[in-house]
Amino acid sequence: MAAAEKQPVTITCAGPLNGVLSGVLTWADQRFPLMSLWRDHLAEYYAPKNFNFWYYFGSLAMLVLVLQIATGIFLVMHYKPDAALAFASVEYIMRDVPGGWLIRYMHSTGASAFFIVVYLHMFRGLMYGSYRKPRELIWIFGMLIYLSLMAEAFFGYLLPWGQMSYWGAQVIVNLFDALPIIGPDLSLWIRGDYVVSDATLNRFFSFHVIAIPLVLLGLVAAHIMALHEVGSNNPDGVEIKKVTDPKTGHPVDGIPFHPYYTVKDTLGAVVFAIVFCVIMFFMPELGGYFLEYNNFIPADPLKTPAHIAPVWYFTPYYSILRATTEDFMWVLGLALVAYSALLAGTLRIQAARVAVAAIAAVLLAGFFTIDPKVWGVVLMGAATLIFFLLPWLDQSPVKSIRYKGTLCRSALAVFVIVFLILGYYGTQPVTTGGTLISQVCTLLYFAFFLLMPWYTRMDKTTPEPERVTG
Amino acid sequence: MRRFVVKLARTLLVALLAMPLAAAASESVKLDRMPADVDPHDPVSLQRGAQVFVNYCMGCHSAAYMRYNRLQDLGLGEQQIRDNLIFTGAKVGELMKIGMDSKDSKEWFGVAPPDLSVIARSRSSTSGSGADWLYTYLRGFYRDPSRPTGWNNTVFPNVGMPHALWQLQGEQVLKTEVVAMPRGSKGEVEKHEMQRLVLQKPGAMKPAEYDRLVTDLVNFLAYVGEPSAQQRTRLGIYVLMFLGVLFVLAYALKQEFWKDVH
Repeated sequence: MAAAEKQPVTITCAGPLNGVLSGVLTWADQRFPLMSLWRDHLAEYYAPKNFNFWYYFGSLAMLVLVLQIATGIFLVMHYKPDAALAFASVEYIMRDVPGGWLIRYMHSTGASAFFIVVYLHMFRGLMYGSYRKPRELIWIFGMLIYLSLMAEAFFGYLLPWGQMSYWGAQVIVNLFDALPIIGPDLSLWIRGDYVVSDATLNRFFSFHVIAIPLVLLGLVAAHIMALHEVGSNNPDGVEIKKVTDPKTGHPVDGIPFHPYYTVKDTLGAVVFAIVFCVIMFFMPELGGYFLEYNNFIPADPLKTPAHIAPVWYFTPYYSILRATTEDFMWVLGLALVAYSALLAGTLRIQAARVAVAAIAAVLLAGFFTIDPKVWGVVLMGAATLIFFLLPWLDQSPVKSIRYKGTLCRSALAVFVIVFLILGYYGTQPVTTGGTLISQVCTLLYFAFFLLMPWYTRMDKTTPEPERVTG
Repeated sequence: MRRFVVKLARTLLVALLAMPLAAAASESVKLDRMPADVDPHDPVSLQRGAQVFVNYCMGCHSAAYMRYNRLQDLGLGEQQIRDNLIFTGAKVGELMKIGMDSKDSKEWFGVAPPDLSVIARSRSSTSGSGADWLYTYLRGFYRDPSRPTGWNNTVFPNVGMPHALWQLQGEQVLKTEVVAMPRGSKGEVEKHEMQRLVLQKPGAMKPAEYDRLVTDLVNFLAYVGEPSAQQRTRLGIYVLMFLGVLFVLAYALKQEFWKDVH
C-alpha cells in the first residue's frame, strides 16, 4: 500500500481531543511507518503466554543500557579524561556536583547490574535452548552484544584512573604482548604509549563514550529485529506459531506483547529497581566487588599493587588465563589427543578425519613450542568465543531443559558451578590449590561445549508437548 | 567406582572450603575494630576529629578533594570553620590543600605523604573496614631505633611516617613473648611467638582517652571519604518507600491485565 493510501488512524476511546490526536497520528503515519511499527513490535507481536521468571532479564538489560547512557551523559559533563585530572574529577563529581554522587553510583552499580542481568539472560538461553534453530542469529547478535559489553566495561574501568583501573588495563593490554610476531607492536598500538598513560586514557574514553555505545545500540536493534522476525522461544521450547487460531491467524498460545508483557515487565523493572537501590544506596561498593577498594588510590605507574584483580564479571576468564601454566600444557595436550581421537572416530569422511589429525598435530606442536602464556590468552579468548558455536553443538531433539534428560541437566549444572568457581578464584591471589581447581574447572568449562554434540545425542529426552504447558 | 567418586567429591569440597581460609590466614595482622558505640554522624565526634585532623595531620597530608565549607555538614558555621579550622590563608570555599611540596616531602620521608580525602575507602579490605585499619594503624606505632624516624608500625611495617600523635599517646614498644600452648591430649606443648604492644612512656593522655581521640579522628576521615554518605542512606529510604508503593501498583496492574490469560 502506498503511504498516501493509508487508512486514517482511529482511536477507540472517547474524548474531546480524539479528533485532533487521530489527525496528528494519521498525518505522521502517512509519512512514517508509525502504526505498523507499533503493531509489529508491540500491540500485535505475539509472545508465548508462559514466560517465567527468567524472561524478565531481556527487558531489564535494555533498561540498564538506557540507565548507563543517561547517567553517562551527565558524567561526561563533569569528568576530565586527563591523567592529571581524571581521579580528582571523579571525586569532584562525588562531592561538588549537585546529585553527582547519585549519578556516579547509578553508573558504577549499573555496570555490574548490566553483567548480572546479561549473565542471567544468557543462562535462560542455555536452559531453554533459545539459541536453537531458527534463532541462531538472535544468539549470535546477543553474543556480539556480550563481547561489546565486555569491551565497554573494560574501557570504562580505566576512566576513574585509580590503581586497579590502571594496572587492570596494563595487565589486559599486556596480554596482546604475548602474541607471536605482532604482539609487541599491537599492544603499543593499543596503548599509544609504552605504558598505559594519558594517551591510553584519552582513546579509552573515546571508545567508551562513542564507539562502543554506537555498536551496542546497533546490535541491540538487530537482536530485537531478529527476535521479532522469528518470534520468542519459551520455557517449553515449542514453537507457538505451529498452532494458530483459524479465525484470527494468531498463535493460540501467544498474547500481544502490549499490554500483557509491558505491564509484566514494568513489574519486573520495579522489583529490579528495588534490588538495585538497596545496593546503590546502602552498599555501593558491595564489599569491594562493585567498586574495588584499591581504586580509591590514584593510579601510580611506579607502584604495582601486590594483587591485581579484574572486576568480578571478568574473573572467570581471568582464572582460565592464570590456570594455563606450563604443567597444564601436558594436560591440555592429553585432552587434545583424546578429543581428536573421539572426533575422528565419529566422523565418516576420510578427508575430515585427516584434517582433524592434522589440526591436532599442529596444535600439539604449538603447545610445547610456544609460551604457555600465549595459550592462556588463546584459551581465554576461546572461552568467550565458544558460545557462538552453541546452536550447532547442541544436537538434542528437544530445545528446553524441561524435556532434556539427566545428562544435559547435569552438564548445565556443572557448567554453572564451574563458571562460579572460576569467577571466585579470579578474584583471589594465586595459590597452588586455587590454580589446581581452576585447571580442573577450565577443562570442565570447555568439555561442556566440546562434548555437547555427543552427550546431547546420548541423553534420554522426553517428548515435547504440542502446545505450551502454562 | 561410586565410592571413589564420592571420595573425590569430598576431597574437592574440602579443598574448596579450605581455600578462602588459607588465603585469609596469610594476612598476619588482625585489625582492631572501631568501637561499635561511635555514631558516624555524631557532630561532636566529627568536629573533634576535624580539629585533630587540621592540627596534627594537615601539616603533611592534604584532603585536596574536600572543601573547607563542606564541613558545615558537621554542624559548623562558615565563620566557625574560618576561625577554628583554617590555619592557612585559604578562603572557606577552597580545597583543603597544604603548602608542603611533594618533592621535598619525598626527600624527607622517602615517600610523599598521601592525600587523605579517600584514605578510609582505599584502606578497606576483607580484613576489615578502612576505619578499622586506620584505628589500628594510629594506635600501632612503636619505637624502633632501626628506622630513620625512630618509629615503626604494626599494620604498616617500615612506614615512612613518624608517630604524629606521640605526645598524646606516649611511646610504645613491641615486646616479643614466647607463649606455651597445650596441643593435643597427651600434654604436648607448642611454643608460639606472640608480639604485643606495651606502653613504655606515658603521654599526655590516658590510653582510653587516646583511643577516644583516635576514634573521633577516624570517624572524621570516614566522613571525608564520602561526605554524601549520610544523604545517600537518607535518600535511599525515601526511594525504597516510593518503590514499595510503585510495586503494589505495578503488581495490581499486572494482575488486572493478566486475569484473562489462561
